[in-house]
Amino acid sequence: MEFFRIKKPIPFMRHALVFNAISFITFLLAVVFLVTKGLHFSIEFTGGTVIEAPLKQAADLEKIRTELKDKGFLDVTVQNFGSAKDVLIRLPLRVSVGDHNTAMEAQKNTIIQTLIPLGLDYDVELAKTDPKANKLRAEFVGGQVGKELAYDGSLALLAVCIGILIYLAIRFEWRFAVATIIANLHDVVIILGFFAFFQWEFSLPVLAAVLAILGYSVNESVVVFDRARENFRKMRKATTSEIFDAAITGTISRTIITHGTTQMMVLAMLIFGGPSLFYFALALTIGICFGIYSSVLVACPIAQYLGVSREDFVKPVKKDGDPEVISANP
Amino acid sequence: MNKYPVWKYAVIVAALIVAFLYTLPNFFAEVPAVQVSGLRANKADADTLKQVDEALKAAKVDVSSSLIENESIKVRFKDGESQKNGQAAIQAKLGAGYIVALQLISNSPAWLSKINALPMYLGLDLRGGVHFLMQVDMKSVFDKAVDRYVGDVRVLLRDKKIFYTGISRDGDRVVAKFKEKPELQRAQTEISTQLPELLLKDTEINGEFVLTVLMKPETIKKLQDNAIQQNITALRRRVNELGVSEPIVQQQGADRILVELAGVQDPARAEELIGRTASLEVRLVAEEHAASRNYDAFERYRNEPAPFGTEKIIDEKGYPVLVYKTIAFTGDKITDAQAGFDQQAGGGSIVNVTLNAAGGRAMTMTTRGNVGKRMAVIMIEKGKPEVLTWPNINSELGARFYISGMPNTQEAKNLALLLRAGALAAEMQIIEKRMIGPSLGAENIEKGKNSLLLGFALITVFMIAYYMLFGVVSVVALGCNLFFLVALLSMLQATLTLPGVAAIALALGMAIDANVLITERIREELRSGMSPQMAIQVGYDRALDTIIDSNITTLIVGLAQLIWGAGQVRGFAVVHCLGILTSVFSAVMVSRGLVNLIYGGRKKVAKLSIGNVNWHNAASQTPAKA
Repeated sequence: MEFFRIKKPIPFMRHALVFNAISFITFLLAVVFLVTKGLHFSIEFTGGTVIEAPLKQAADLEKIRTELKDKGFLDVTVQNFGSAKDVLIRLPLRVSVGDHNTAMEAQKNTIIQTLIPLGLDYDVELAKTDPKANKLRAEFVGGQVGKELAYDGSLALLAVCIGILIYLAIRFEWRFAVATIIANLHDVVIILGFFAFFQWEFSLPVLAAVLAILGYSVNESVVVFDRARENFRKMRKATTSEIFDAAITGTISRTIITHGTTQMMVLAMLIFGGPSLFYFALALTIGICFGIYSSVLVACPIAQYLGVSREDFVKPVKKDGDPEVISANP
Repeated sequence: MNKYPVWKYAVIVAALIVAFLYTLPNFFAEVPAVQVSGLRANKADADTLKQVDEALKAAKVDVSSSLIENESIKVRFKDGESQKNGQAAIQAKLGAGYIVALQLISNSPAWLSKINALPMYLGLDLRGGVHFLMQVDMKSVFDKAVDRYVGDVRVLLRDKKIFYTGISRDGDRVVAKFKEKPELQRAQTEISTQLPELLLKDTEINGEFVLTVLMKPETIKKLQDNAIQQNITALRRRVNELGVSEPIVQQQGADRILVELAGVQDPARAEELIGRTASLEVRLVAEEHAASRNYDAFERYRNEPAPFGTEKIIDEKGYPVLVYKTIAFTGDKITDAQAGFDQQAGGGSIVNVTLNAAGGRAMTMTTRGNVGKRMAVIMIEKGKPEVLTWPNINSELGARFYISGMPNTQEAKNLALLLRAGALAAEMQIIEKRMIGPSLGAENIEKGKNSLLLGFALITVFMIAYYMLFGVVSVVALGCNLFFLVALLSMLQATLTLPGVAAIALALGMAIDANVLITERIREELRSGMSPQMAIQVGYDRALDTIIDSNITTLIVGLAQLIWGAGQVRGFAVVHCLGILTSVFSAVMVSRGLVNLIYGGRKKVAKLSIGNVNWHNAASQTPAKA
């Protein structure tokens, strides 16, 4: 089987401007959503209490909301989680209270008591003796932890960018490194834009996914640039555009197939991973789709604008068409 | 050409055998079990095992096996019912000196555990339990230390007969004032030899000579490290009271402690015990202000301020007690406290207390010359001190002593527990708390496993359909990769969390990249007219560079996550990094080995089973070689 029988280099670079326009617009949109709507951070970042509660029957969210409001929880969010029977209840952190912990514990107990008549599948007494009966998940995170997580997360992102930049600058050339980082950061911003637009929950696993995507998409750029470098050495008469076209065409089947196979795994997580892995897999899916596009069609034009040229790769050769040049460079 | 030397195959086979052995325990079902481990001086040894066996036999409980492993006894049962009965029987026989915890353990044969082949260590989100993150109040540690140095400096100057006009605390420093310059100089030399951990600075203000004493940065660092360590020790002791198997109590960051209790049955009690923020202090009672030897000795100070140098603290019964501000020793010096009976004085309830060496010395110092006076055991909870008891000092005491005159056994037991468990060096606050129901954990495992299997199946079908025999090779290499990864995780006993499972799936999804890269490259070389053998050689060689490049960038990400990531991100990162290593090995070594095995031996290979390559590729302008 063979999907890609591309006989001639596809003139991708001729349309570079169009690709860049598309990228720029999506990027701008993502930034706009991030600024106007902001990310919907999970309580790991914001601090607060989360309770995942299984009900015996399909949950009547409206009723739960009103019942909880009656009990004084005004800023509570209630939503389905996974199946119609599972509810996720979220309480923000109240900074004014001195001892968060006791306050949160009391809140949790009140919520459980409120939910029991509404069909909570949790027997307080039974759960004490039989751990199997306990299907509840409750989390409490103090505000300070969240701030640190956000800080450490940004630090990790920065470190990844610098690390990759340095590695690529050593391995290739600084222009390639800069082009790659710009292209991939553009992916990251777009993923975040999606999360902001749909107000999907941005949790720690999503952060892990975003970072993983950064590394993964860089691969694509590396593969294409690797080929471009090889082509610079082999195709002595070609222009930079032609070199990139040949490099992209030569690697496109591999790019699409590897992304496809990775996406198969991610798809399986999306379907079977349950609610806990859903957003993680979703972030990866967006990242993979945009990764194909940006690492190839954004990175190459940027590298070209930055002015990569044959001289950056091929050291002045003694004689034209020296056969050693080919064999010496794997 | 395309032949591997024997040693390379040997490496692959050896790696596979080791991986197989260490993956094996994961396949055995988990059975209900009871883990017995000794508390404090008690050890779970052959004798204990005999007792356990006897107890179980007497109670007629069905046992599958019982053996000693890593200083604890593990008894496996046929079902949950006999597990519970067994636990009760063992606990009754062994008494309070042992922890008898319910547990699920892998039913793998003993020889596997002997070579340390254990199933993967599952995180709380996969097996259920409670998780606490505690913040240690470092400011209080610091404050206490400065207070202590005020006392130390005062005692030192008095001992050496150096005359000072005043010693006081000013924020983070101790300020001593002198009339004469020589006095200050003497004080300076004495302090710097006796208390070398302090920094000294002398100034002259308004004709007064002032010596400012500060803690050196390394002293502060050591102080904080000690405080954390002492709190960890105290927390461990508290956790032991809960009877949880394999509890995790470890430092996280500079001033935090992580407590994870898997499969804990009663989270509320766990929190009550762990979250207790009390710390203990022992101080002398200010007898010179006492009106009598009874509880009402300080009754007249109830509504009056405490005299200079003392502090008024209310005791458990509500009586005011005047104590000196100087702390004799803190609760972290207490190594043990047990309720008992007084053999000499007619069998009243007592509490036997054991101190560590430093505590013993402090106790001797305090009690020498103070026989007949009283000392107060003070518990400070949430900043509020309370006197637990203020017994009479009957003689000069050392590291072992007892507190007599307890009204009853229950009171003695309570005090013993408070003395044992309240031994915190600094106050703590719970800043993060998670509770995951065990069946939710089991569900998470199931979901992770299902998605992994489905993903693998999809990839297998696609790879074989698309790349034929080379697809088979890739899938086998991918299978080996999964194998190596699981083995490595089991071997290192790295905690596997749900994001970790996701990382396994993602690692496989990304690992196939290397295989695709290689096969695509071989196809391309074939298309440009290379001979099959040559194409394999060139394909693997050229793809290697790219594989290494791309894995290094991924590794950079993994390492950054490992360093700066917290909690779940780190759980992801560990697997991510390991997955990169195993995938390079399996994609490069294993798949090449397989291809060599298939094609390498033949003299002439007419065609590779790699899918359709019967068309000329103009994209690559490589001149045809063959």
